[in-house]
Order: sequence, then C-alpha cells, then structure tokens
Amino acid sequence: MPDLLIELFSEEIPARMQKRAGEDLKKLVTDGLVEAGLTYASAGAFATPRRLALSVEGLLARSPDLREERKGPKVGAPDQAIEGFCRGAGVARDALQVRDDKKGQVYFAVIDRPGRPAAEIVAEVLEKTIRTFPWPKSMRWGAGSLRWVRPLHSILCILSDEAGAETVPLEVDGITAGNMTKGHRFMAPAAFSVSSFDDYRAKLRRAFVLLDPEERANHIWTDATNAAFAQGLELVEDAGLLAEVAGLVEWPVVLMGEIGADFLDLPPEVLQTSMKEHQKFFSVKNPKTGRIERFVTVANRETADNGATVLAGNQKVLAARLSDAKFFWENDLRIAKGDKMAPWVAQLENVTFHAKLGSQAARIARIAALSGEIAPMVGADAALAVEAAKVAKADLSSEMVYEFPELQGLMGRYYADAAGLPAEVAAACQEHYSPLGPSDDVPSAPVSVTVALADKLDTLTGFWAIDEKPTGSKDPYALRRAALGVIRLVLGNGVRVNIASQLQSDFHLHLSGVRYDVKETFVSNEEWWPGDFDEPELKRGAVEKQDFIVFTNSVESIVFNFDGLSDRFISKRQEVIEGRKADPHYDDYDQYNELVDEIRLRANSIWSPEAKTQNHIQAASLSLATDLLAFFHDRLKVHLRDEGVRHDVIDACLAMPGNDDLVLLVKRAEALTAFLGTEDGTNLLQGFKRANNILTQAEEKDSVEYSFGAEPKLAEDASETALFAALDAEAPQIAAAMKAEDFAAAMSALARLRAPIDAFFEAVQVNSDNAVIRRNRLNLLSRIRTLCLGVADLTKIEG
Amino acid sequence: MAVEKPKSFQEIILRLQAYWAARGCAVMQPYDMEVGAGTFHPATTLRALGSKSWAAAYVQPSRRPTDGRYGENPNRLQHYYQYQVLIKPSPPDLQALYLGSLEAIGIDMEMHDIRFVEDDWESPTLGAWGLGWEVWCDGMEVSQFTYFQQVGGHDCTPVSGELTYGLERLAMYVLGIDHVMEMPYNDPQAPIALSYGDVFRQTEEEYSRWNFDVANTEMLLKHFEEAEAECEAILAQAHDDPKTGKRIVMAHPAYDQCIKASHIFNLLDARGVISVTERQAYIGRVRALAKQCADAFVQTEAGGYAPSAA
Repeated sequence: MPDLLIELFSEEIPARMQKRAGEDLKKLVTDGLVEAGLTYASAGAFATPRRLALSVEGLLARSPDLREERKGPKVGAPDQAIEGFCRGAGVARDALQVRDDKKGQVYFAVIDRPGRPAAEIVAEVLEKTIRTFPWPKSMRWGAGSLRWVRPLHSILCILSDEAGAETVPLEVDGITAGNMTKGHRFMAPAAFSVSSFDDYRAKLRRAFVLLDPEERANHIWTDATNAAFAQGLELVEDAGLLAEVAGLVEWPVVLMGEIGADFLDLPPEVLQTSMKEHQKFFSVKNPKTGRIERFVTVANRETADNGATVLAGNQKVLAARLSDAKFFWENDLRIAKGDKMAPWVAQLENVTFHAKLGSQAARIARIAALSGEIAPMVGADAALAVEAAKVAKADLSSEMVYEFPELQGLMGRYYADAAGLPAEVAAACQEHYSPLGPSDDVPSAPVSVTVALADKLDTLTGFWAIDEKPTGSKDPYALRRAALGVIRLVLGNGVRVNIASQLQSDFHLHLSGVRYDVKETFVSNEEWWPGDFDEPELKRGAVEKQDFIVFTNSVESIVFNFDGLSDRFISKRQEVIEGRKADPHYDDYDQYNELVDEIRLRANSIWSPEAKTQNHIQAASLSLATDLLAFFHDRLKVHLRDEGVRHDVIDACLAMPGNDDLVLLVKRAEALTAFLGTEDGTNLLQGFKRANNILTQAEEKDSVEYSFGAEPKLAEDASETALFAALDAEAPQIAAAMKAEDFAAAMSALARLRAPIDAFFEAVQVNSDNAVIRRNRLNLLSRIRTLCLGVADLTKIEG
Repeated sequence: MAVEKPKSFQEIILRLQAYWAARGCAVMQPYDMEVGAGTFHPATTLRALGSKSWAAAYVQPSRRPTDGRYGENPNRLQHYYQYQVLIKPSPPDLQALYLGSLEAIGIDMEMHDIRFVEDDWESPTLGAWGLGWEVWCDGMEVSQFTYFQQVGGHDCTPVSGELTYGLERLAMYVLGIDHVMEMPYNDPQAPIALSYGDVFRQTEEEYSRWNFDVANTEMLLKHFEEAEAECEAILAQAHDDPKTGKRIVMAHPAYDQCIKASHIFNLLDARGVISVTERQAYIGRVRALAKQCADAFVQTEAGGYAPSAA
C-alpha cells in the first residue's frame, strides 16, 4: 500500500490562515480520494509560512473494480427504447444479457468499471483541490489566471512504497509536479528531492524547517519560558500570539530583550498590547512587582552573533513604538487631569456612532438620561450613574485608544482615576462594556451595572428603531450579545424592571430625536431635491441620498406609512439618470418632479409639530417595544435552556402577566421546575389537566364559561365537600404567597390540593344528569383552574 | 559577500537606482505634482492597468500634511521620500529580486532576520487593492510588497508587483541613526557635509505651520471643486480631436486633476475642517475621479487599446 505526500510551496502564507488551510487541504484531498474509491489508513496535514503539506498513509494502489447491473426494457420493446438504454448505460447492444423477470424477459446491461491507478486519481483530485481551494482571500500573479493565497511556486506530489517513490504526473497552470522542495529561505535555500514523508520531514529539519506547527509552538513556548525562568521572571501566556508567531517562522529562535527603563511605568496592559500588536512580542513579567520588564521575540533564523544584531534591531524598534505610547499616555493624562476629560467628551460630537443614530455624543446623552432612570431600580446613586455614563466613553477620544482600540474602557478607568473622579465612576468606565460574552463576568457594582444596562438598552432600541435587526447568522452590531448582556446583568444582580415599559420609553427617546433630524435634512434642504440638476451633482449626492432614503424608509415604515413612495422615487431617479446618459437632451422630468412634490408634501404634513405626530410615535414605540421584548424572550429561552430549564416550563412562565420582569420570570421558572420534579407536582399537573379538559369540553359544548358560583351546599359527596374545604383553606395561602412572589410556597399549597382533587375525581361523576349539580361541579373545577393558572400556565406543560 | 555599508541617505538612493536599473527597470524621475505616496505616480497607478508589460523604478517625494511635527519627531515628516518599483507582469522571482536590493544597500542577510508579514493593501482613494506583505527587518517594517489585483475598479491582468520602500526609515536603520534630522544626507566626509536636517528641518517647520494653521481652507475647498470639475470636463471630451483629427484620450491630464483633488483633500484634512462623515464622501469623490481616469487610460494605446479591436 503506497503512501502519498503532497507539498504546495508558495510565497509567505498569512499566519492566521495556515491552520485552516492545512485542514482544508486534508479534507478536500482525502474526501476526493475516498469518493473515487481510494481508501486510506491515516492522514496528517502541516503548514509553515511557505508550504502546505499533506501525508496520506496506507492508500490503496488502485481503486477497486466495480460492476454495476442495470435493468432495461423488456425483450421485444421498440428498438428506439433499447438503443437509448444502451447509450445511457454505455454498452453495446450485443453485450446486453437477457434475464427472466416477474413479467417476462428483460434486458440487463452489465457495466464493468475497472479500477484506476492511484496516481491518476491523485492527480485529478489534487488539481481540483488547488483550483477550488477555499482561501479566505486569494490572488492572481504574473500573467497567469490561477488563484492562490500568494504566488504558488512548486508542487511536490509523490506516491511511495517499499519499492521506491514515483512522482504523480500533474500540471497546474504551468507548474509541473515533482519530487523537489526547498529548505529555509536563508539558511538552506537549495532544492532537494524527497522519497517519502519521513524523508521529507527529516531533510526539512536538516534544512532548518520544522514542518509541524505544533512542534514550532512547543519549541517557542519551552525556550521562552526557560529564558524567562532563568532570570526569575515569567512569560505572560498568550495562546493566540503563540499560534501566530509559530506561523511566521520555519526555524524559530527565541530571543529575550529588555524594555527601556523609561517605559516601565506605562500601564502593563499598554506595554503588552503595544508589543503584541505592533511587534508580535511576548511580555515577560516580574512576579514580584507584577510589572512587565522584558520581551521575547522569535526570529526566523540563527546568526553568527547568536541573534545580537537581530535583538538590537528589535529593541530599537520597540523603543520607537513605546516612545509613541508614552507620548500618548502623557498627553492623555494631561487632558484627563486638566478638565476631567471634558474635551474628549466634546470631541465625540464629531464622531459618528452610526449614520442613522447620530454622533457618539448624542448616544452618550441618551445613555446618561437612561442611566438616571435605571439607577433607582438597580439601587445605584442616580447622580453618580449619570456622571459615570457621561464619561464612560470619553476615552474613545484619547490618543491611546485611537492607537489601541482594544484598550477602550480600561484606559477610561486609568484616566478617570487620574482625573480624581469617584472610584465608582472609574470602575464603570471599564465595566460598562461587560459582559462581552457568555462566559465574561457580570459586573456587580451598582453604578457599573446601571451604565452597562443603559448602554446595551440604548444600542438595542436604537438599532431596532432603524430596523437593523439581526437576521439568520448576520448580527453585525452584536445585538444578540447585547440582549444576553442585559439578561445576565438583570438576573445576576436581581434587578427588578419591567422591560417592556422601559423599552417603550427608550424608543420614544430615539424616535423623537430621529424625527427631528429627518425633518431638518428632508424638508429644509431644498438643494437635495432639484427639479433640474446636472449629472455630476446628482452623482455626488447619490450616496447620501440613497442612505437617507433607506433611513427615512425605515422610520416611515414604523411611524408612518409611505406606501413605498421612497422606492418609487429611487427607481424613477435611476430612470432619469439613465435617460440623461443616453440622451443629452433628455427632459422627461414630470413624473420625477411629481414624486418629489409628493414626498415634500407628505414630509411637511407629517413633521408638523402636532399632537398627531406624538401619537404616531407613541404607537410606534409600543409596537417596537413588543417586538424587542419578543427578541429578549427568545434570548432568555436560549439562556435558560443552556442552564437546563425545560422549554415548556419557560413557555408556561412566559404566558403569565409580568413576563417582562425577567427576575420574576426566572424565579417562577425555577420554582416550577422544582415543583414538577416532585411526585405531588406531576400528580397535581394530571389533576389540573383532567379538570381543565372536562371544563373546556363542557364550555365548548354549552358555549358558556364556568367561572363563578360553586356552592358547597350543593355538594353531594363527601369528597366534593372536602374539595370545597381544601380550596377554601389553600386559596388564601396561595394568594398570600403569590403576593410575596414566593412561588415555592404557592406551589406547595397547590400540591396540598392533590389528594382532595384525586379523591374527587375518584368518587364523583362531574357530568351528572342533574343539570344543577353538573353546573356546580364545573364551577368547582373552574376554581381549581383559576388557582393553578394564577401560578403558571400549566396548559403549556407537556406530559 | 557582505556589501560595504553606505555612508549617506543619498548613497542608499543611488544604490537602489543602480540596482533596479541593472535589473532592467526604466529609472524614472519623480512625478512633478504633490502626491501622498509613490503609488499615485502615473507610472504606477495608470501603468498597472491594461495588458502592456512595464518595469519602472523611481523616487517619489510624498506629502502627508497630517504627519507634520515641525521637524521635531525623530520619525515623522510631512514630506518624505518613497522608493517605488513596479513590474508588470510580476516576475516569479520578485521576492528574490527584492531581497537582492536590500543586500545592495548593505543589509547582510546572514546577520538579519527578514520576514514577510501579511499586509493587504488597499487605497480607498484610488479604488485599488492588492495582497502582499509588509517586509520586516529585525522587527522593523522596511517595505511594502504588493501584488496589485485591482486599480480604479479594473481587474489587473496581468498582475503588477509593486515594491515601496520608506526611504528615510530604511536609511536610518541601515545607517544606525536615531533621529531623522541627524542622518547624513551626503557623504559625511564631503567638503560640505549636509545632514537631512540641514536640508529639510526648516521646510518641515514652515509646512507644518502652513498645513495645520494657515492654509486657506475656503480657497482649498474651491480648488477641490475646480479640480474635480476639470477632471470630469476633460474626460467628457470626445476621443477624436477635432483639430488634429487624431484619437486623443486625455487620461493623463485628467488624472493630474484627480491627484490634485486628492492632495487638496489631505490638506483640508490636516486643517481639521473635514468631519468624519464628510471624510467618506470626499474619499468617494476622489475615488470616482480615479475610476474615471482608469476607464479613460484603458482607452489609450499605453493602456492596451488596439484600434482594430474598437
């Protein structure tokens, strides 16, 4: 059984793509081989900056012979049918066999598909793989048309067994496959031939190339930790950086250098980020001081001076980089201390958050207003929360965050501390972004929680208002994450808030602001709607206009009905543009002008500051809030399901009033889950269902609702009397427990009804012949139903 | 084997010129207009288009008004030099050729760590993009290496290989200088030895002041509009010249106006009068011009236009 070795040798492959490319190569080739009948024992893929390699062991030397039998027409069928069958099967007519079938004699074609040699199949599969390789970004080069991640230089493709190795004949766009490769670009550039995977790997190692990325990473990690340890220091772990660096070198050489004393006072996060982002250096920490004092860089070669020149160069570059960072830090500190970050906040007026949602400053104003509203519900000091919200994003204007966006929040905290702002405010600068992911910690400081909630609610309501909701796998504004963030903040901190009404008021804020902006640009800016215009001007405005129309459309579709007017306008305008292109004397503007007039007319009528508009906004806010609440409920379901809560339990609780108070909702769900886990719980559920079924059927039949007036004195049976007594005894208990939101107590009270209900059904026929008795019993069942449904919608529970 | 170290900034330029001339490039002169980078030179932007082969190398003075630091910053300048090489189609040994140029200016491959680190290039103003790397020498970026895939919205066929060296930074590294103004411009042993600062410190100061605080923004805005209008007016002309009766597509004069608009935009940006939202719109306007110029260039002979095919 031969082994297959493939190497695709190219110019430097981006580090971030190598791992995936190795996996893709393995999958595409092995899938292709198996599909063609070539099974194999094992396969392994490898990548370095300059090569993708695949080793497949224990491959079949030939694909197996296959024989297929195909049933054809009956003997005596028209010639045409028989000829057609022969053509389809690819056999001659005289090769057909005649066999007995249930209905008589039938033609059979026996098609032999002889196996093919592995080399032939490998060549086909590899060529197809190369031509269709799924690089995230690929390119052409020279005068060719082949696409690869960077220019592909050579293809090595051999099949080897005990007898020796054969090169698979293959050519792709002028590159002929062979058995040759090259070593390290600088340390061993000569070409050499290989005869098997083991030979390949060993020769590469002698030519200063470690083929296996994991081996390179291990090598880097071991050498770097040892170098640090020898100085009494420790390497800061960074798996992402390690993988990246392992993808930048074929022959890793670890070098450790010092960070100039001038820079040691920079925040450790700044040092670490600057070194990692710009230079791909690892940080080395002094465990005694917690400071980052050295760096580790990984060179791609050995040198005669043991890396002294390389290290000196790297150190120099780092010094220049850190001078920049230090310059930013000192400038930022000056502004932070000077006027408590006020100039930064002012600058955010010129920074767009989203074209349709205004500036960062406008966004911050909304978040601050919202923080003031939310603070009491979280138990935070409202004044502090508003102060925190106002400066929480100030660091976006700082030079450091401009340079390193990933330090947003953290720098805010440093600068707020430097500005002498209260510790709660400084903490909120950093923590209001949390939680970022499902495993990220949820802040618990009330001011941080308040601003974090306000920030996320503003984002959600904002994007909802402009109709930028997540669809399918697309969620460019991370709205699912924001909603889950709200859920976790609320549940983690037991925040009692009726989200629906809160959302409604947030939407009101958004839509009122939006309305104003639209009116300003839409109605007052006459030049956007020229009756006559020259083409360059139209082109120039086109982008903005397009954007604008989409914008108004989304607001309109919610607030007002524009009947697709904007769409009609856009297509008409396109027609005019094309008309003008085709004919310089084009003058068919009538319809275009009519549309413009109509839009202007409507805009003027709609945006008059009348109470009518307010009502529209009110209605729109309500419908948006309802829609967004449903989104929250979907996210909550996912969240609770992950926590092990049954979906029917969630549905039973979602159906209850107050379902926009997530804390209450979850409390109820937890109690119900526990309750259904007990024997009393499951039996009561059966009792409830039986009562509910009988009742529903009777109500349908009689077209009345049995809900009131069960009389104990009409009880005929002892069990019936006992049920009355039990209901009378438990109802006040349940009511009291519900009032105290003690769902567990309410449910144990319900559980105590189980025995009387069971006994009642055991002894009594509800649908008695006596109509008075029957009605009384149905009304009695209705008391059970009302009590149960007051706790949770048990009709939603399965089983 | 190691090449003797150069002594000055100009020697590095001269060696690059000699190296690329020996590799068959037409050594061209800087384009006589203000540009932000060597890529704007028509020898790159326009010649990367169309089917005709091309090989050029040149120094291009480049202006980035926002980078002005009054000559005080050791690494930042509002006026600096780029060395640019463009070869179409990109030869298969372009990486080796490039490494040879580093050796030619005294970088010993045996002692230094050279790396090709992913860096995809995109010019929103030129409507151009390509894939390639930034080249690192001991952790410092010394060049950009790009395979052009699209320019002015046109697919590049064949593909050009483009090399851009930031000359000051590269020279400072090779010469072991920490502050650009201290770099020897000519031979330090020359009778009149001049440093980079002797040549450029004063102009850096003057332009920094003008760029940031004095440039007349109203006038610049007007110039921008004019350059844009002229570019479009030029391109709107019929291809056949009524006077000579020849087919003369004026791609280059139009492209000059595009370059002008681009530089004026940079000046306005440095003056801080362009808001974030406007920025995108301005870039879009310049890109629209660049695209129209590219459309026009492929209608010229140098752009591969063949009359018989018309």
